[in-house]
Amino acid sequence: MKFTLSWLKDHLETTATLDDILFALTDLGHEVEGVENPADTLGAFRICRVIEAVQHPNADRLRLCRVETFPNGPGTAAEEVQVVCGAPNARTGLVGVFAPVGTHVPGTGVDLKPGNIRGVDSNGMLCSERELMLSDDHDGIIDLPADAPLGARFIDYRGLNDPMIYVKITPNRPDGLGVRGLARDLAARGLGTLKPLETPEIAGSFPCPISIEIDADLKTKAAPHFTGRLIRGVKNGPSPKWMQARLRAIGLRPISALVDITNYFTIGLNRPLHVFDAGKVVGNLHIRPATEGETLLALDGKTYALRPGQMVIADDNGPESLAGIMGGEHSGCTEDTTDVFLESAWWDPITIATTGRALKINSDARYRFERGVDPAFTLPGLHLATQMILDLCGGEASAIVVDGAAINTTRRYKFNAARTGSLVGMDIPEAVQRQTLTALGFTLEGTQATPPSWRPDVQGEADLVEEIARVASLSKLVGKPLPRTQAGVPAPILTATQIRERAARRTLATLGYNECVTYSFIDQTSASLFGGGSDAVRVDNPISSEMSHLRPDLLPGLLRAAARNQARGFMDLSLAEVGPAFSGGEPGEQHTQAAGILVGHVAPRDPYGSRRPADIYDAKADAEAVLAALGAPARAQINRKVPAWFHPGRAGTIALGPNTLATYGEIHPKIVAELDLKGPVMGFTVYPANVPQPKTKTTMRPALTLSGLQAVERDFAFVVDTGVEALIALNAAQGADKALIESVRLFDQFTGEKAEAQMGAGKKSIALTVRLQPTTATLTDKEIEAVSAKIIEKVSKATGGTLRG
Amino acid sequence: MTALDDLKGKYLTAVAAAADEAALEEVRLAALGKKGEISLKMRELGKMSPEERSTFGAALNALKDEIDAALRAKKAAMADAALDARLRTEWLDVTLPGRPRPAGTIHPVSQVTEELTAIFADMGFAVAEGPQVESDWYNFDALNIPPEHPARQEHDTFFMNRAEGDDRPPHVLRTHTSPVQIRAMMEQGAPIRIICPGRVYRMDMDQTHSPMFHQVEGLVIGKDISMANLKWVLEEFFSAFFGKPVKTRFRASHFPFTEPSAEVDIQCSWIDGQLRIGEGDGWMEVLGSGMVHSHVLRSAGVDPDEWQGFAFGMGIDRMAMLKYGIPDLRAFFESDLRWLRHYGFSALNVPELAGGVAG
Repeated sequence: MKFTLSWLKDHLETTATLDDILFALTDLGHEVEGVENPADTLGAFRICRVIEAVQHPNADRLRLCRVETFPNGPGTAAEEVQVVCGAPNARTGLVGVFAPVGTHVPGTGVDLKPGNIRGVDSNGMLCSERELMLSDDHDGIIDLPADAPLGARFIDYRGLNDPMIYVKITPNRPDGLGVRGLARDLAARGLGTLKPLETPEIAGSFPCPISIEIDADLKTKAAPHFTGRLIRGVKNGPSPKWMQARLRAIGLRPISALVDITNYFTIGLNRPLHVFDAGKVVGNLHIRPATEGETLLALDGKTYALRPGQMVIADDNGPESLAGIMGGEHSGCTEDTTDVFLESAWWDPITIATTGRALKINSDARYRFERGVDPAFTLPGLHLATQMILDLCGGEASAIVVDGAAINTTRRYKFNAARTGSLVGMDIPEAVQRQTLTALGFTLEGTQATPPSWRPDVQGEADLVEEIARVASLSKLVGKPLPRTQAGVPAPILTATQIRERAARRTLATLGYNECVTYSFIDQTSASLFGGGSDAVRVDNPISSEMSHLRPDLLPGLLRAAARNQARGFMDLSLAEVGPAFSGGEPGEQHTQAAGILVGHVAPRDPYGSRRPADIYDAKADAEAVLAALGAPARAQINRKVPAWFHPGRAGTIALGPNTLATYGEIHPKIVAELDLKGPVMGFTVYPANVPQPKTKTTMRPALTLSGLQAVERDFAFVVDTGVEALIALNAAQGADKALIESVRLFDQFTGEKAEAQMGAGKKSIALTVRLQPTTATLTDKEIEAVSAKIIEKVSKATGGTLRG
Repeated sequence: MTALDDLKGKYLTAVAAAADEAALEEVRLAALGKKGEISLKMRELGKMSPEERSTFGAALNALKDEIDAALRAKKAAMADAALDARLRTEWLDVTLPGRPRPAGTIHPVSQVTEELTAIFADMGFAVAEGPQVESDWYNFDALNIPPEHPARQEHDTFFMNRAEGDDRPPHVLRTHTSPVQIRAMMEQGAPIRIICPGRVYRMDMDQTHSPMFHQVEGLVIGKDISMANLKWVLEEFFSAFFGKPVKTRFRASHFPFTEPSAEVDIQCSWIDGQLRIGEGDGWMEVLGSGMVHSHVLRSAGVDPDEWQGFAFGMGIDRMAMLKYGIPDLRAFFESDLRWLRHYGFSALNVPELAGGVAG
């Protein structure tokens, strides 16, 4: 909503400064987004006279002007300045506009400095309208009548000294979309008084030749009230300069008096109007739903194909206007219009919003009608506009034609002065509260408050409180401590799931991962590669094709991030994310994942040989570390049932029965290539929700039993087939004597050509170390031998291997 | 007695002169060995009179101890010298780098989320969560934004695809964290005190907007909760968060889900292009808030005649930008390693109130 200060002062009698008004507007809830004050930008430009203009000695197209200026204003001492000017109309005796040295010229963006043009000094500028950004006119410098007041500020002379204020009106306050509504708020705040608005009743001198009818179905809701009248014999020239200046100041292009008047009412009084050229209306006007195949060439020059049911104002030839949204080009007013039909109607906000959105038309009228124009002001608005048309364009008004009636918005709410204190916490005397409501147009009868017809937003007791607090100023609100819910130390508030998410995140960072936050939506290709990309998770209106599908997994986002980093030359990457992944498009089809990828090497080059390529055992260790931090049992199963985005031979799943805790391994080389990454890439995804929660909630640890007896370690190496998994051997060894064997660890493996040369084709060697911890007596050699034999037997049986000789 | 003095002089000189351990051992054998000169003298004691024995014996013992001590001292000195000599050859370049250790980082959004959680937890707020794909009822209707409400258009909503034949209104990617309010109240009823941090989505992308960002919602419902309590809570929060007293300014505004509504500014100054929170007389808008609308309470099954309270919502990314001087919102989601390292936080820098949440 844009308006000018003088426009505001048409409605508000005030001595407040511009700054006071701006603060109050924002404080009242009408946030000031911008102010353009011509005094700031054009205040230095003053009216001057060219004493003499002669040919520049060294340039054919330039003139040398002696300019009489009045730096201190009219009636003060004149100062002669020499200016070189290239304008064709620079001539002796011209009265124009002068900018002294030091002025910022908005049209050129240049700060004027003393100059020398082809050997002649030039100290200032004679300006064109374009240099002042008043128009595109640059054919010559501004040429004013000879009696223009020398030394006066040009903005004062031209009536431009009117600050333009741009405020953001919240959608609940349609009354704020009229200058008068804002004036009323400011008056209630105490910044002046609201000037009375005289609404005349202009009687018609002849019957209206155009009758109107609202379709019965529409009258009940969509179009309850339509008023209009004909004004004949008008002269539709340009609107007066003051009106043009105001419209221009707020960014509206003056068109003709009749059209400008409708805009002027829209902005000034939030009363959108429409004017039809009655000479082009055939028959009568009918407010009805559009029928199949109807179109309308609207005033914005576009032709709209109307859907059946969209509300139009039609004559015998068809639609002439989109009711409440935009008029039609055919019956629009032109300079030749002599008979005008003036419309002032009230339309249902939802109907207007629906049609406007469907047709994608944004107009000042739609904007206001869909927020709610004052239904009681339809007829007064018609009278006021009639008055202005008669004043500015002449003519003769017909009787008024009306169909329907203003909707009744009367409703009452209990006014309880104590409510302001209890809801807002401000102590405002009841008399002041009542005064505020009255100033805003509320009617108070005892404890009942009736909101004014222009305030559709007021729908309850809390709204009354809001009005009172808003006008009193929330900036005066003083904080009041919120009592604790319990005395003493606050209880922990995080859920077990939330604690896990944090543990996963901080564990990953401890392991060297840089935590990323990547978008929840990814491109369909990436999503499809990771088991997603279906229509169920498709965003209907994505911002780009890169963000079209909810991610099924965190890995694709991390892989894309890695590719971007590789493109910047970072080849060793540990990236992780903890966040949501989506299995479907319904609320709740979402789960948390903790995922990480390793690209390149685990360490930079250094003198100690720390650098080696990351491999799946790094990824596995990190996945296990995260699982440990989440409280997963140490001994989960490992299987090879992995999703298709992993390398089929180099990936595993950590599971508890059917419950997948994590997957890890090398990302499938095809996917790595498809995502433009230089691989190989190791990755893992942990599913925190699948880790069982502890069954008991106790801080107690089991008692620690320490044996005083010496533990014994024995090493065993087995020759097995290359396809035998180490875990089989470890589990077999562990099972050989559950009481005595404290732990079994794999400490070496020997594979490859050399191993096969030694041990036979298809063979490898694995070496285990077994730690025996006696609990009752020190182990004898015999006992150790017995347990060793059992280990060898079990492992050989389980793996089909033999003890390596 | 001069004989003993001679012996003393002779062996102490020999000890001092011994060049290596072998020479020293020779001196020891010559003096104190079984057939050493001192040992032989000891044997002579038996032939002496008791008086002679006591004087001579004591002197001889003293001499023996002295030479023994000299031998030991010399031996220790030789060992030290030998060690020193060895260590002199064992030189390493101490300016070489230490072995690489992994150094990961926590994303600012996570860090700030934990910071504000720590602060609000102290004021009794629990953390509630909700789905990011939401039904339009939770995202809009329940929050007093009916289908045709202009505010709905201003949300730049992402809609989920609807399969052919499924006539339900399309689900949305939640445009704010406010639907979590509804879910939490429906589950827990009143009184309630929660914050709801999380991802939200708006169809907007330019220099200052990202289609995904993070919000934290706050909700307090009780018997006599007022906007003055809200102001106190926010001032307490901002002061703890920024580590210095921060004033707030409330400005009337409008949100469909609160009545009365206020936008909240925090005190700040710009000096030489540098933003400072909690100083000066400038104001910066940081959040929207208000008293929860009776329609919202009713939607969530809470009786507005019995309960009232406030709600607020602010951008987590925005808070991170203000607190840590991070210039560009979009960079939060680009995962540029340089950015992650520069603006990230150490894994062990866990925000908690005892140590302050100053990052």
